[in-house]
Amino acid sequence: MKTKLVVLAFALYTTTAGFAQKLKGSDTVLPLAQKEAESYMKQNKAAKVTVTGGGSGVGLAALVDGTTDIAMSSRKIKMAEKMKLQDAGKSVKETTIAYDALAVVVNPSNKVSQLTREQLEGIFTGKIKNWKEVGGDDLQITVYSRETSSGTYEFFKEHVLNNKNYASTVLSMPATGAIIQSVSQTKGAIGYVGLAYVEKDVKAIKVSYDKGKTYIAPSMATAKDKTYPVIRPLYYYYLSTVEKAVKPFIDYVLSADGQKIVEEVGYVPLSK
Amino acid sequence: MKTFYKKFAEKFIEGLLMLSGTVTSLTVVLIVFFLFKEGVGVFNQKPVEDGYVIAVNKNNPLDKVVSEDIKNIYDQKITHWNEVGGNPDSIILFRLEDISNYYSDEAIGENFEGLAGCISRLTDSLPGIIAFFPEKYLDKNFKGKVLDVDKISLSEFFMGEEWFPTAQPSAQLGVMPLILGTLWVSLGAILLALPLGLAASIYMSEIANDRVRSIMKPLIELLAGIPSVVYGFFGLVIIVPLIQETFNLPVGETGLAGSIVLGIMALPTIITISEDAMRNTPRAMKEASLALGASKWQTIYKVVVPYSISGITAGAILGIGRAIGETMAVLMVTGNAAVIPHSILEPVRTIPATIAAELGEAPAGGLHYKALFALGCILFLITLFINLSVEFVTGRKKHNKH
Repeated sequence: MKTKLVVLAFALYTTTAGFAQKLKGSDTVLPLAQKEAESYMKQNKAAKVTVTGGGSGVGLAALVDGTTDIAMSSRKIKMAEKMKLQDAGKSVKETTIAYDALAVVVNPSNKVSQLTREQLEGIFTGKIKNWKEVGGDDLQITVYSRETSSGTYEFFKEHVLNNKNYASTVLSMPATGAIIQSVSQTKGAIGYVGLAYVEKDVKAIKVSYDKGKTYIAPSMATAKDKTYPVIRPLYYYYLSTVEKAVKPFIDYVLSADGQKIVEEVGYVPLSK
Repeated sequence: MKTFYKKFAEKFIEGLLMLSGTVTSLTVVLIVFFLFKEGVGVFNQKPVEDGYVIAVNKNNPLDKVVSEDIKNIYDQKITHWNEVGGNPDSIILFRLEDISNYYSDEAIGENFEGLAGCISRLTDSLPGIIAFFPEKYLDKNFKGKVLDVDKISLSEFFMGEEWFPTAQPSAQLGVMPLILGTLWVSLGAILLALPLGLAASIYMSEIANDRVRSIMKPLIELLAGIPSVVYGFFGLVIIVPLIQETFNLPVGETGLAGSIVLGIMALPTIITISEDAMRNTPRAMKEASLALGASKWQTIYKVVVPYSISGITAGAILGIGRAIGETMAVLMVTGNAAVIPHSILEPVRTIPATIAAELGEAPAGGLHYKALFALGCILFLITLFINLSVEFVTGRKKHNKH
């Protein structure tokens, strides 16, 4: 009897260990990964994928500790994290699974409907303080941003602010929903949100990366053909030692089916 | 035999009780130890990210650079070396990704084998350069000069006015705005909640009849059971626009919004504790006062309130305790801009909000992570101080009695 139980437990352990995959990390990637996992498990009855959030830093730390198989991240792995993995004798692999376009949004009552990258830099670093300096009404600009440690914050800083720091007077909000809420009720507000979150309470503005020659409105179409410039990749990180185990799931995410889900969730699929 | 079992059972229960007591205290001690161990580590680190170096041309007279200057240099607020005590050259910023502007892909090599050499030559050729790159690309015979950056000092940490924990190349960890923000919001909350809470508890203990009281008390206690994120959302949608319109402000997310939300959240604590204290006033004392011809109101403020003052103070202090540690509600309504507040009508950032918002994304064990634990230590000390004051205040009452 006892041996039977042990055998049974062992069998259970090996089958689940063979298929169970743990994903952990970025809250931006979380809704996408959850959807992908659900439909993947529907197709492969034996497979088991569990997805948890916590943030890109949490996911990558878990990868170092070995408590997750795949770390989801909305930013590139940092040098310090890479070195930690190296010290532990592990090497990490990176896969881009989708893109996320960021839209710059203002209050619907704002006259301004287009800005250049340079103007955005001025506004977010605190050099431009009034809407009349960029062709709007005489109104103080209130800047909303995401939290300092979110991947979105870092990306916006690198690509729009040219690596300069935000002004310290920038208001930072804990979530995208809070930014939408605040921008919709503050007249002089400006903020940035993921493309999927743009709704009628806020106005997405056109952005120019060529000093005002062409302004491009954020939309799924412009994001897909890469004419819209403010777009960032989302990543999965995994150890090269477990590549075989995680490969089927990652292949599924990269397949046509998987990329269809990407678009359903509101992110930009990888272009073929 | 029966007595033996009885004795045994008693001993067993005693042991169980002692065990749970020990486990609880041990857990608390362990958590505090962990908090401080991680937190103190911040003073052992340099503000530049691990594995990176900052280097300049060998003819640059600077050997050392302050964290704040690095930030201003990379934000292009300092553009000439003589502003930080160097030659009058203009500063040329260099980050690793800029290398392709100077050298071809062939020179760098497919696996970056030539990169270290390229950086070394580049630093040698440009007198105004400041280069920020990973240590592993530091050439063995590097022709530039690696700048020394001091470890984070106590004064920099506590007196610093800028909180940019993820700034590259050099993080700015000034917690002054956060500490002031926390105290500011909590003070506002207690100023709003104390008069209201006191009034409500006097009404409930002395004036209201039993029926009103039996409805009001559970209602107020219900306030304590609402999740804080609900308060936060309520604040963001109702209180924030209200403040914006009333004071005609550009932004409604202010310290005041935080104070109002926290004030509401502290009310149940204040009301329940001070009401209990007032109801404990001996009937004889009240009757004596009334018999001497004092009116009901005179009795309340000359007898009941002075008698229960230590209970009221304890309620108020515990209320502040709740306000100081509250995270989610504040995170949503105060705007979280890390600037030193000059009035309650400006956005502020509090310590708990900072920890909650940033810990999830900070690389574990890194500088930012440790700085957040150090913030936790500060918060712990503030709360400890508050709890000790409660002990002191409630302890005083016992002496008065005898």
